[in-house]
Amino acid sequence: MADAPTIHVHIVSAEGELFSGAAAAVFAAASQGDLGILPRHAPLLTLLKPGEVRVRLPGGDEEHFFVGGGALEVQPSRVTVLADTALRARDIDEAAALAAKQRAEEALRDKAGHISIAEAQAELARAAAQLKLIQRLRKLRG
Amino acid sequence: MPGTKEIRSKIASVKSTQKITKAMQMVATSKMRRAQERMKHARPYAEQMRNVLGHLTEANPDYRHPFLVTREPKAVGIIVISTDRGLAGALNANVFRQTLTVMRDWQGKGATVSLCLIGSKGMSFFRRLGVPILAAVANLGDRPHVKDLIGTVKVMLDAYRAGQLDRLFLVSAHFVNTMTQQPVVEQLLPIEAIDTEGLQEHWDYIYEPDAAGVLDVLLMRYIESQVYRGAVENVASEMAARMIAMGAASDNAGKLIDELQLIYNKARQAAITKELSEIVSGAAAV
Repeated sequence: MADAPTIHVHIVSAEGELFSGAAAAVFAAASQGDLGILPRHAPLLTLLKPGEVRVRLPGGDEEHFFVGGGALEVQPSRVTVLADTALRARDIDEAAALAAKQRAEEALRDKAGHISIAEAQAELARAAAQLKLIQRLRKLRG
Repeated sequence: MPGTKEIRSKIASVKSTQKITKAMQMVATSKMRRAQERMKHARPYAEQMRNVLGHLTEANPDYRHPFLVTREPKAVGIIVISTDRGLAGALNANVFRQTLTVMRDWQGKGATVSLCLIGSKGMSFFRRLGVPILAAVANLGDRPHVKDLIGTVKVMLDAYRAGQLDRLFLVSAHFVNTMTQQPVVEQLLPIEAIDTEGLQEHWDYIYEPDAAGVLDVLLMRYIESQVYRGAVENVASEMAARMIAMGAASDNAGKLIDELQLIYNKARQAAITKELSEIVSGAAAV
């Protein structure tokens, strides 16, 4: 079994590379059901469900990775898993988008309040400068 | 002698300022290294993604995803990445100036511009302009995560899909090296021709569930990863700019201390001389 066929496996996420190396087989939970990829698999592109990706190393050991979804690509000699770092679902994404819009609106609404704070700060600085001047004048006279 | 006490307290205050700027410089240095590391980690994903998208678009020339179709630019969206905190030299100012140039450019061509802001400095700068802000996110910290950016990017992608935007740009600070950070404008949408020349082999995939569905998800992830890379690179730029700015501030404080020390010594010397001459003249009078 020394020269058993292997495939090159890359598991990458936007925030870093999780695995890169030769493997005897890869197992993943695809959107249409579980998949097992052996060397010389036909080119395939599929979406993954959140779940485990198992990589069987040439020695027989297995490595496990959790992915929050993503895509799996099979090329003639290599397998690429484009993993999502975050759990993705339509309603979670929708909620995040809503929150982003709300923050934008708040930023615009805050305008009035923010300017008055800046004005108050300027006023305070002016008052402090006047106070300093008065103290210095007193010292000179006293 | 009056003077001397004031000078001493001034020196003490400059010294404590210098301590702070020195500490900030060192913190920025170590944070910059870590940010550069994360920049490097984000690279393989984008590369693999481009690779896959190249194969995909080449194998399906007849399927046109809205993200790949160029429309007449009537409305432009700009995602601006800025820092959350100041004291980073001219980094944010440069990014904002670049953004304003792009905005004026498109407005001159008769397009409407709306913004998406990442980072609180951008929020406080752009809200005064009266340009519509579609989405905003701030306080990502030194380690931005993809999950914090998803919502913000989705708002822009949805607007693009709905036809409210015809172009989407990303403006952020590009990390050239420790000394140089350059504001760059990148076009996110429509995706400019994906390079297929570098592909040595050509094949079509088996798609599950179908080509359109897979392409849609991949293109979205691709844009998100671009924005994520921009955010990470911006953190690296921020830290580099702060490191340089704080280094300069520490140097200036050092110079100021030297000057003050000289003035202090002179004042002290003058006081001693004066006292001595008073004693001597006093003794002579006896």
